[in-house]
Amino acid sequence: MSPDLRTRLSNVELENPVVTAAGCAGSGRELAQYFDISRIGAVTTKSVMLEPRAGRPAPRVAETPSGMLSATGLQGPGVDVLLQRDLPWLISRGGRAVVSVAGGGAGEYAELARRISDAPGVDLIEVNLSCPNPAGQGRHFADDPEEAARVVRAVRSHTRSEVPVFAKLAPDVPDLVGLAAACVEARADGLSMVNAVRGMAIDPRTLRPAVAGGMGGLSGPAIRPIAVGCVYEVHAALPQVPIIGMGGVRTGSDVLEFLAAGASAVAVGTVNFADPSACVRILRELEEMLIDRGVTRVADLIGSAHRPIGAALQGGAAAL
Amino acid sequence: MSEQGPIQIRCPVLTVRRVDAYYAITVVAPGIAERFRSGQFVSVAVGGEQSSTLLRRPFAIHDVKPDYGGTVEFLFAVRGQGTAWLAERRSRDLLDIVGPLGRPFPLPRDPVNCVLAGGGSGAAPLFPLALSLRRRGCRVDFVLGAASADRVFSAITARRVAETATFTTDDGSFGVHGRVTDALGTVIEDARSDVVYACGPMPMLREATAVASAHGIPVQVSVEETMACGTGLCMTCVIPVVGEDGITRMVRSCMDGPVFRGERVRFDDVGTIPFDALGAPGWKALHDGGAHSDAIDREAG
Repeated sequence: MSPDLRTRLSNVELENPVVTAAGCAGSGRELAQYFDISRIGAVTTKSVMLEPRAGRPAPRVAETPSGMLSATGLQGPGVDVLLQRDLPWLISRGGRAVVSVAGGGAGEYAELARRISDAPGVDLIEVNLSCPNPAGQGRHFADDPEEAARVVRAVRSHTRSEVPVFAKLAPDVPDLVGLAAACVEARADGLSMVNAVRGMAIDPRTLRPAVAGGMGGLSGPAIRPIAVGCVYEVHAALPQVPIIGMGGVRTGSDVLEFLAAGASAVAVGTVNFADPSACVRILRELEEMLIDRGVTRVADLIGSAHRPIGAALQGGAAAL
Repeated sequence: MSEQGPIQIRCPVLTVRRVDAYYAITVVAPGIAERFRSGQFVSVAVGGEQSSTLLRRPFAIHDVKPDYGGTVEFLFAVRGQGTAWLAERRSRDLLDIVGPLGRPFPLPRDPVNCVLAGGGSGAAPLFPLALSLRRRGCRVDFVLGAASADRVFSAITARRVAETATFTTDDGSFGVHGRVTDALGTVIEDARSDVVYACGPMPMLREATAVASAHGIPVQVSVEETMACGTGLCMTCVIPVVGEDGITRMVRSCMDGPVFRGERVRFDDVGTIPFDALGAPGWKALHDGGAHSDAIDREAG
């Protein structure tokens, strides 16, 4: 019998916990050439800003061991194109939509949230707090709990109440649990964890940074233990807050790891670049692993790594 | 999912062989073979399923044959660990391949005179193109160049399929001493060419575009830009291209290209974000005058 894969993110129920990560699935259209996007839990669209944005110069990517360093600088066509073209297309194909928003300031985030939550078919808004900001080399929203809370509060107060707002956090911050708590205090309905880790690769031939921006975001399997650790820590501190876990997911087994650490859904990111049918493969692998273990409901697994030894899964249906 | 779009399949390797300074791999991939049009490429996973080498490698399709159920051949040079791994593949090994990707070369409706200019392994996609053009009754002339004799790809085939074939090498070890674009103008004049198709490194494409423009004929260029995915998702392979509306956009080489009208590519600005490109700091000021201080403030905020 096939297991019950349904999962909840705040008041939204998804058919299964496999979603795409922002910036790794376009708007769903590119991936739809390889599989039916209505089969996965949801598609998270690439972070959108109010205006079109040209992003950073090339080279924007470097391959690193089990990872990828990238700096695209949020290139995108702006929110009008998302609302008029991409979102209606995704919904017409039966896809569930998580919309990621990025802004230069709390006001821009709020305006985006208002316009997006007014559009039909938006299941969830994800607030990308790690927006590359040309003035500050950076991500001050992600690093400073007060700034993050200010943005989340602005988004929450401009978003229709039935659309959950999730704050997306980066792992390399001084106090992740404090940051998460500040976002929840500012009425985030949940958290997305984690964004890419700051890093650099130097081209051994030119002895210059391998991506034009210098620093880039490291993603892929290389960061998975960091991401799982972050989800585990934050779930331990805030067990009632739903988490979309992400970072280096490549197989069904990786999804199990995140669920056990405390994620309610798991986003597939960089591997989409390497394997455009990864999402459906991972979903199939997850289903097989659940059957093997005699697990009938995904929901029973969430946070299992936090339970005392013996209460967690041990081979069979064990203590569920 | 669609009859026309790319597919992802695990293909058995038929042969791996040395061709001059390069390697050519032929795989059995009937679905890709039947969808293929000249100028399109495949992206290949390297290093196996648990590889630490995550990103696919893009390769232009060099040959497609209906025998053995539909085979596809692509050419590569060993440059790093991914291509070194590929060179070690043997017959019957499986390769995970996505393709055919990208926009193909547009073909002329009428039989016209076409000159095909290629640099190094960039010549590979010009061979199936030459066959397509010949089938349409076009005259085909080749200009192929490389650093040295062993890097000029498939000179014999070029001589066989084309009306004329001109070769250039940087070191003078084969053909004319010089670059492809040094010889291109003469070939255009001698062959009374109507269109140029060019494939190779960016500086060569820029020069080829300049030569074609000086002769008043259009040029189709196939660009080589670093790609992480090849499927349009990652936005890493962007170059500045002027649209029909006159607006410069950072477009994806993989999906919006790799073939572009040469005149539309802003070669001098490749590797930068031009000030006036859509979404660049200056574009708003340029296109609706005055509102720009607003945009800048918001970025900085």
